[in-house]
Amino acid sequence: MAGEPAGRVRPVTLAELEEDLDALQAIPTTSERAWRRLIRAVVPRVSAVLALVLLWQLLAVLHVKPSYALPAPGDVWASLVQQAREGHLSEAILNSLRRALVGYAIALVVGTLLGMAVARLRVLRAGVGSLLAALLSLPSVTWVPIGILWFGLTDATITFVVVLGAFPSIARGVIGAVDQIDPVVLRLARSLGARGPALYWHFLLPAALPGYLSGMQQAWSFSWRSLMAAELIAISPQLGLGLGQLLDSGRELADMPLALAAMIGILAVGLVIDEAIFRPLERMVLRRRGLLAR
Amino acid sequence: MTVALTPAIRLSEVSKVYGTGRDAVLALDRVSLEVARGEFLCIVGASGCGKSTLLSLVAGLERPTVGEVEVGLGRPALMFQEPALLPWLTTWRNVELPLRLRRAPRQERRRTVQRLLDTVNLAAFASRRPHELSGGMRQRAALARALAQEAQLLLMDEPFAALDAITRDLLHDDLLAIWQANQLTVVFVTHNVHEAVRLGDRVVLLTSRPGRVACAWTVEMPRPRSLDSPEVARMAAEITQRLHEEIRRRGR
Repeated sequence: MAGEPAGRVRPVTLAELEEDLDALQAIPTTSERAWRRLIRAVVPRVSAVLALVLLWQLLAVLHVKPSYALPAPGDVWASLVQQAREGHLSEAILNSLRRALVGYAIALVVGTLLGMAVARLRVLRAGVGSLLAALLSLPSVTWVPIGILWFGLTDATITFVVVLGAFPSIARGVIGAVDQIDPVVLRLARSLGARGPALYWHFLLPAALPGYLSGMQQAWSFSWRSLMAAELIAISPQLGLGLGQLLDSGRELADMPLALAAMIGILAVGLVIDEAIFRPLERMVLRRRGLLAR
Repeated sequence: MTVALTPAIRLSEVSKVYGTGRDAVLALDRVSLEVARGEFLCIVGASGCGKSTLLSLVAGLERPTVGEVEVGLGRPALMFQEPALLPWLTTWRNVELPLRLRRAPRQERRRTVQRLLDTVNLAAFASRRPHELSGGMRQRAALARALAQEAQLLLMDEPFAALDAITRDLLHDDLLAIWQANQLTVVFVTHNVHEAVRLGDRVVLLTSRPGRVACAWTVEMPRPRSLDSPEVARMAAEITQRLHEEIRRRGR
């Protein structure tokens, strides 16, 4: 309206006024270019790894420990390459991933159902709630002896340990997420008369999603850790090679480069799953709701 | 205003007690009130006067301890002080929500939402999410959502209290236009006496603890009314005076 003459007679309409006020008050949305985002994500991560490798190399060169105890990064890399070439590495990664995912999937179902039951039924709250907290702090290694006694040296033992390590995180995530639903959302649902499945679908489930996702994320790292504990202890020819077994064979053969190579594999898989699946999911959910600063 | 044959809302000797025994609080005390069809009623009072309780009773979210609440216009639409938009939905989806809840067909949903967003001047922001809107825009989206319920009765609990004065003034005009166009019955709760006089056909003053109807004024000034007009100011001053007397009496 800047171009109009000063003595205009046409009154400003409500819609125009509102439009101008909106333009003044609207919160600008910034969208960063994809490649810049990529650079900002990759550079700090790569630099951190490089710094660590440099420090390691320095310690190796200084002979802080004899080289059979602390091999140089190059030796570990060579061992890693050799394992990859012989096919052990991919076999171990695939076996471990399969076991972790099977256990995680079962934990997801069990944890979600249990969490929902505890969140909905007040009778269960005090008892099962505190039991879950206790389970959460129980190292999942402690389930290995029972698992071996019940299931022998089979995949079932490993799955058992993974499920018991992961499901408390899922259940706690569900309970926390339901507890923290904004009362405003509940009041709105009530005033709109939402009941039954519609109440869950349109209000409760989406409202609980961020808390549920962070429970899922935590449960993934718990199941990966539990898996390694199980694989390190449960070793037998019928079981097939996993990353944990690879690490243990390094110990057995006093092959430190192999042990460290296996550790790097374990670290890498856990990291990749977290960064490739859980973080983007979480960021997407938070960004949509305006809960992410950047 | 003369009372129509069948009032939209009738409260007869309604009392509401919260809690029991020594902790019991009398929120409303024998409130009788009638709201005519198509009326714009404003309820003012200091905090703790049971304004929100009264709305909850009319909305059917709570039941009176004693007395009777009759609402003859079906399920009312409610608007709160906070917009209560769902943060995971776009403006469009938020407005569409009541239509989805009553399983309206897709065509109808599209037409209705488009019309309502045009009504509240938010069509350009249909795909934004609530956190990308200003306070006034959010409250307009909430208004559009309330209209999407296609209720004949609109209950508003201090809906503009958190907005700046300029935005609030624009929303008053929006609301009055919508009220007239849709022949709604509106019960508008506020602690802002000027707002009540600017909007209402009638202004009812509730006392505090317990809430009772202290006084009622019929506002006969023609619309549009301006907040700055001497008539509005005079009447607002009169109501404020009375409000202060009530506060002093109850505060002792």
